[in-house]
Amino acid sequence: MVIEISCLEVWREISNYIDDALDPELRARMEAHFKVCKHCSAVLDGTRNVIKLVADEAEFEVPAGYASRLYSKLNASLGKSDR
Amino acid sequence: MAASSIQTNDREAELIQRVCNGEREAFYELVRPYERGIYFAAMGVLNNPADAEEVAQETVLKAFNALPNFRFEAKFSTWIIQIAINESRMKLRKDRRHLYESIEAEREDEEGDYRPRELADWREIPSEELQRRELRDALKQAMDSLGPKYREVLILRDVQHVNIAETAKILGITEASVKTRLLRARLQMREALAPGIDGSWVTGRDEYKKVRPWS
Repeated sequence: MVIEISCLEVWREISNYIDDALDPELRARMEAHFKVCKHCSAVLDGTRNVIKLVADEAEFEVPAGYASRLYSKLNASLGKSDR
Repeated sequence: MAASSIQTNDREAELIQRVCNGEREAFYELVRPYERGIYFAAMGVLNNPADAEEVAQETVLKAFNALPNFRFEAKFSTWIIQIAINESRMKLRKDRRHLYESIEAEREDEEGDYRPRELADWREIPSEELQRRELRDALKQAMDSLGPKYREVLILRDVQHVNIAETAKILGITEASVKTRLLRARLQMREALAPGIDGSWVTGRDEYKKVRPWS
């Protein structure tokens, strides 16, 4: 027997749901809710999509030459105060 | 949830020891795995590539000088990302004092519930050509639309996959705040990225399809 849950409660926990950071009881209630609530399941899919998109590291790039500048600058700074 | 390893791993411990004994080369090896992470952490706070790069440079220098004070019960990754975040926040305060008030004001809205808007379902988007460039721009715009405290959490959690406990430590906030801010950040990103509201973008290329398995 699963106790119903409101959309508002679902939104509050949707991120924890995705991260699998909920107790099984709440998780089951949310799962039941997603089955019947089109809006919440669209929010869930969209949010998951965002996470996948953001996680795709290719979309986030360091500027060209970043690493070499990083170390040459460090070298220069350390060179000045050579130990 | 995966348990985080609390301690710096052996390899890193050895490198740290070598740096402290005067072997500078070992420092490069120590930092290399985190050079991207440092940059992205700084971007999370500053949202400006030139500033983020400057902070990254300050971060590695500061880390080098502070390394003798490093305590081995901490994770090196957490420690160095924390330096990057602190340096970024200092820069933000210094360079954009005039904007700082709005950053402060933004703090107040955290407690209220966020109501996700009803959007055109992504699964119904027609499949057409999407240039990677276009996607990247959309992503950048969405990131820009987030306040710094949401962006920094999103970058640590969803770009760099730092766990909740470590994220809390790095940002100096509670785990509950990490979760609340992450929720807000993800929902806001969803709205900012959702196509279809004005029909502004569509899906298509293979690389992108993988994030939309249903298309």
